[in-house]
This record gives sequence, structure tokens and C-alpha cells, in this order.
Amino acid sequence: MSDMMQHQIDAFVRREMLPEREPPVTERGVVKWMRENLFSTIPNAILTVLALITLYYLLAGVLPWLLNGIWDAPSVRACRDILEGARGGCFAVLAERWNQLLFGFKYPSEEYWRPTLAFVLLFVAAAPVMFFKYLPRQMLLFTAIYPFLAYWLIWGGPILAPIVALLGFVVGYVVWSVVVKKSFAGAFFGAIAAAVVVWWIGGLFVEGLSSNTILPAVPSRDMGGFMLNMILGTVCVSLSLPFGIALALGRQSRMPIIKWVCIVFIEFIRGVPLITLLFVANVVLAYFLPPGTNFDLILRVIIMITMFASAYIAEVIRGGLAALPRGQYEAADSLGLDYPQAMRLIILPQALKISIPGIVNVAVGLFKDTTLVSIISMFDLIGMIRGPILASTEWNGVYWELLGFAALLFFIVCYGISQYSQWLERELNTDHR
Amino acid sequence: MTAMTDPQKESFRLSMLLNDTRYRSYTFQFIALVALIAAFAYLGSNLAANLRAAGLNISYEFLEEPSNYDINQTLIEYTSRSSHWRAAVVGVLNTLLVAFLACVTATIFGVIAGVLRLSNNWLVRKLMAAYVEAFRNVPVLIWIIIIFTIMTAVLPAPRDFRGDEAEASMVLGAFAFTNRGVYIPKPIFEPLGWVVLFVFVASIIGAVLYRRYATKLLYDTGKLLPMGWPTVAILFLPTIVAYFILGMPISLEYPELGGFNFRGGIQILGSLIALWFALAIYTGAFIAENVRAGILSVSRGQTEAAASLGLRPRRIMNLVVLPQALRVIVPPLISNYLNITKNSSLAIAVGYMDITGTLGGITLNQTGRAIESVLLLMLFYLLISLAISAVMNVYNNSIRLKER
Repeated sequence: MSDMMQHQIDAFVRREMLPEREPPVTERGVVKWMRENLFSTIPNAILTVLALITLYYLLAGVLPWLLNGIWDAPSVRACRDILEGARGGCFAVLAERWNQLLFGFKYPSEEYWRPTLAFVLLFVAAAPVMFFKYLPRQMLLFTAIYPFLAYWLIWGGPILAPIVALLGFVVGYVVWSVVVKKSFAGAFFGAIAAAVVVWWIGGLFVEGLSSNTILPAVPSRDMGGFMLNMILGTVCVSLSLPFGIALALGRQSRMPIIKWVCIVFIEFIRGVPLITLLFVANVVLAYFLPPGTNFDLILRVIIMITMFASAYIAEVIRGGLAALPRGQYEAADSLGLDYPQAMRLIILPQALKISIPGIVNVAVGLFKDTTLVSIISMFDLIGMIRGPILASTEWNGVYWELLGFAALLFFIVCYGISQYSQWLERELNTDHR
Repeated sequence: MTAMTDPQKESFRLSMLLNDTRYRSYTFQFIALVALIAAFAYLGSNLAANLRAAGLNISYEFLEEPSNYDINQTLIEYTSRSSHWRAAVVGVLNTLLVAFLACVTATIFGVIAGVLRLSNNWLVRKLMAAYVEAFRNVPVLIWIIIIFTIMTAVLPAPRDFRGDEAEASMVLGAFAFTNRGVYIPKPIFEPLGWVVLFVFVASIIGAVLYRRYATKLLYDTGKLLPMGWPTVAILFLPTIVAYFILGMPISLEYPELGGFNFRGGIQILGSLIALWFALAIYTGAFIAENVRAGILSVSRGQTEAAASLGLRPRRIMNLVVLPQALRVIVPPLISNYLNITKNSSLAIAVGYMDITGTLGGITLNQTGRAIESVLLLMLFYLLISLAISAVMNVYNNSIRLKER
């Protein structure tokens, strides 16, 4: 018996490995992937078929329109003549009205290089903030100068005005950094006082020397197109950040009066739609200004949108402050730091990091909301499309090309920002999980 | 221990107002209060001076005056002779109507897209991701205008429905999609028809009661009653029986082409549809992300624990995953509803007469009462948002995890 087993086993022992064989066709490559991801169950297969049908109709509708598009024609009628009844978009309107879409219809055309340059420089200025780990810190100097430079480029006028404004900030900063070692409050108010003094003295100079201009001044009401959206978006987001932080800290404060002022402000602003605030900017705000003063509409709109955004940002940052463990506050106290120091050195850096996704959401939402100014008859991108362009005899009826272009433009900017914020979150992620 | 004594009582000095933390907060609050009062006094005096210069005063008497304008969609009786106040109320109702419709539709879109984003079907997942990204990253105003353009510029005019070789035809013989709005059949209630409606409402309440009873029985005794088909039966059977016993007292009035336009049926304005669908599809993309986050927030261990207790997948979903996911989903969902209500003020862009269109639009322009109108407008939205946040707080408290 055992002999036989021995014999048999000897006979079946393999000397060499079998060559590896590929898995069966249904278990490899595209087929396997499709089986797992598209047709794993019957309902799944039905979903796939439905999705394919949807996709087909979408592409069948859009692709010919996109590929057959006419890019060079003087009017929509010429477009239709060229197409001869075939399906195709009349993208010539974009080429023809490109400058109007971007700059509005009143901005002097020989000055288009100015907002363009300001736009390009925006990236240079934003880069050291956005990629602070990879770029030299000296570049932040340009970021600090940029707002004044951009103002001067876009609005033009006497160069002394932005210089005096910048000078005020510089003097304020110097005063602050000297006094801050003794007292934060003293430094804060001293800096404000110094800046105001500089602006007041400088204002006298600017009035005296205002004839001397390098770039011709462009009034605010001539701003328009996508440029207006960009101006409102960048200015309001960057202004609302400090205000939002202040409001959030105020709301967390132990002083009841300050706390309640902040709560009422935040809840009021968050409770009303932006459009009513724009109505306020348009028709009501003038009543609350000293008689005879006349603010630009664009400035009034910036004030209201900044108030709107700072209330939302305050809530986001409050979330970040609340998410910090209590121990961080107690640790700061036990180190003997006073309130401003604790906030600046311990609490805010962490709280702001937590609130980045929320802040970016607010920023994206705000940028999208800048289109609402078209309702109070400002000619931003949407206002341009609905107003001068669609109303013109040449381009009456080219809805899809224009609206699609606007949607695409906003999509690129907003999607870009949200992708950046996701990258930043990964970058700042310090928990080693 | 002996070293712990009260600090020595110091007499109060003026410098302690700034240096002593016990008194410093009073100083700051006092300064803040004075600054606030000064700011308000300044704004108020400016307002008074400006009003005096313009010969105006703050008064709400204009609300009583006849409005002299027509509104194309009114849920209550309204003519151009009615007062501005009546117009504002019509606007409020229109706002609430579009907000309600958009909230319901957005929830449906959002839940479907959110669940499908987690599907194991690659194609569907990607399509839904594309939907969410495309709609979240483009201003809602653009979507409103796009859908409004479809409603007004792409759909056929009523005259295209005329003749034997008509260019357009009604869907199912009952729905007409025209550039003047969508016409749908209108239910006509004979007196007994209201009885049928009453029966239906009663059976909704009955179904809810039955489900509550079944849940209570399950929790108290562990006895399992079927939920699905009895609910459907309670909902529809009595109504259908009542409908036929009472001799079919509800009939539909179909829209018919007459003259230059459709007659009969209910006309849904293109502007309402544009606003409704744009808000629904835009906010739906946000809700989809909430739903996805909510479902993902329930840890896998919960599902596995439930499975190891012997629960079946459907029950795991209903009894374990959904209750926990809803805790995460509902608060942002309610703030999305709030956003819909506030965004419905964009109605003014497509000429839908909501409160912003009536009170903040035509009434404001006709009477020139900017401050009063805008103030009322803000008050209305503030009330709605406060009401919604009150509801949210109650809900949050009721579902809060009760620890220890």
C-alpha cells in the first residue's frame, strides 16, 4: 500500500513550475473593468445604458454646434448665411465683441492694456500668498504694493493719490511695529492715527498737484464686462477677510455689548439676500451720506458686498475658532500671553487653517454673486450680454454662445479656486495620519 | 494652602481702567458703545438732512394707495386698483410658492445625484460629478437666464400649434410647452370632489399614523409589521374607491388653442419655471454634496455591526445608516433651503413678480419710497430666515447626541 503510494507520488511530482497563465478574458483588462464598474448588477447595467443614452444626446446636441461654429462673421445673419441651415454656433460674436465682454463698452479702447496688465500682475501678487512655501518672502513686498498699483493702472489719474495712500499704510505699519512691543492697543490706535495724519496731509498735496497725470483717468462708471466682476470679486474678498476675522472675534468676545453688536450685524446681513443690499447701495445709501457727497456706485457696491461677505466669513471663522480644542486657549493663557498675543500667535493661525475650505467657499460664492450687480444696471459680464450685446441689431438672438461663454469663464475661475483650496488643505495638513 | 489668601484690596485708581483686566473690558465696551451711538447719530443726522433737502419724510402711507400696475401671476385676488400693500402680499405669496417648489425639487435632484455619486458604476459616478461641478461653479443668475431663454426663445409660440401641419404639438394632448408658459390640465372640482380630496388628506394622516404605530410596536414588542405595501394601500385605495363611488366628481380641464393663445388649464409662467428649475438644479448640486458627505460620515463599522446582528441590507439602511446620516445632512440642507428662499429674489432678473419684483421693483420705482420699501423687503427676508433658523435649532437640539 505504502509502496504504491510512494510510487504514485513519485510519478506525479513536477520538476518545473507551470508557466503562468493569464486570467480568463472576463477577469482581466477592459472586460474586467467594465464588468466591475459598469455592469456588475442588472440595475447597474440599466443605469449605465441610461447614462450612455444621456451622454449621447448631450454630445449629439453640443458637438456639431461646437465644431461647426462660425468664428468670423459681422453679424448673426451673416452667420446663418454661412451655415446654410446646418447646425452650428455663431461664435463670431465672441470674437467681434471680445473687448466689450471683457472690459465693458465704455472703457477707452486704447487703454485696454492697463486692466490687462493689472490682471497679469494679480497673479504675480497673489502667487507669494498662494504658494508661500515655494516662493521667496520678499515677493510679498510686491503683494503689498499691488492694490495701489492696480488701482492706479485701472482708474488712472494722478499717481500721487495711490502713493499717498500707500505712504499712510507704511507709516502706520512703522508706528505699529515700534509700539507693539509695549502695548497692542496703543500700537493699533497709534498706527491708525499716524496713517490718518499722513492721508490728511497728503490729501492737500494731491489736490494741489492733481493736474500732473501720466495715465488718463477713467471714471468708475466706465468699468464693465468681466473686468468689473474681477474687480468686485478680488477687492471684496480681500477686504472682507480682516473684517470677517474681527467680527468673528467680536462674536466670541466676553464683552456683552461688543458681542451683541457683532451678532446683530452678522445675523442681519446673513438673513437678507444680497440683492436687497445692492438695492441699498443703489438707492438708499446716498441718504445716509453727508449732503452733497456723491460716492461712485462702484464704491457703494463694494461697501455693501464687503459687508455681506464679511458676515459670512465671520461665521466660517467662528466655526474654526469653535473647532479648536479648549486646551489651546488654556495653553495660551498659561504661557502668560495676553489676548492679542494669544490670538495672533496661537489661536488664529490654527483657526484660519481649519476654516480655509469654508473661506474659499465663501470667496467662490461671492465671486459668483458679483453677477447680481447686473440687476442694478451695472454692465458686468452678464449685464453686457443681456444689455448692449443681445440688444444690438447684429447679435440679437445669439443666446447660447454668449451665455455659454459666460458660464465657461465663471466655471474656469471658480473651479480653479476650489482646486487650489483642496491642494492647500493637503499642503497644510499637519496631522500625520 | 496657607499661602492662599485674598489679594490685597487696592483702592481704585484711574489707570486701572486701562491696565486692570477687571475694569478694562468696561472701558472697551464703553468706547465701543459711544462709537456706535456716534456713528448712528451721524448717519441719522445725514438722513434727516437729506430727507429735509429732498422734501421727503419716512411714512408708510403709500402702502394704502392704489398700485396702478398689473401682476401676471397672482395667487390671491388682485387688480391694478388694489393697494401697494396688496401687491406686496401677492409678491410674498409668489416668493413662498417658488421657494417651496424649488426646495422640493432641489431635494429630489440632490438626493438622487448624491446617492448616485457613491454608486459603484463608474460612468454614473463621473456624470454626477460633472453635474455637481458644472452647476456649483457657475453663478445661479446665469442658470436662471439660460433656462428663461429656453422657455421664451426656444419653445414654440402658441400659433405654431395651429393647423393640421402644426410645427408643434401638445405632449400627451394635455401639456402645451409654449413660449408664453406651460399649460397643464386644471382639475375641476364638483362639490363631491372636495370629499374625495378630504378622503385623500385623511388617508395621508392615516398612513403616517399606521407607520408610527408599526414603529412603536417594533420598539415595544419586537413584532414586525409590513410597512411598504400597507402604506401605499392606505394612501390610494380609499381615495380611488371614494372617487368611483361618488361618480367621478373630479374632471380635468384641458388647455385648448383658441384665438391667439391657449385657453383653459393652468398657465405656468416661463419666468416661474426658469426660476424654479434653475434654483432647484443649482441648489441640488450643493445638496448632492451634503448627502454624499452625510452617507460617507457613517463609518463602515456601523454597517458591519448591523450586518453582524443579522439585519438585512434594507433594514441596515433604514434603521442604522440613514438616521445617523440625516444628523449630518439635515442642518446644511435647511440652510440650503434658506439659500433658495434668498436666491429667489433673483426673480427680478426674469420678471417673475415675487416680493422683490413688486415691493422692491415696481412699487419702489413708482412711489420713490426707497428707504421704506427696502426696509420692508429686508424685514420680510429676515423674518423668513429667522423662522427657518429657529426650526433648525429645534431640530438640532432634538437630534443632538445625548452623551452621558
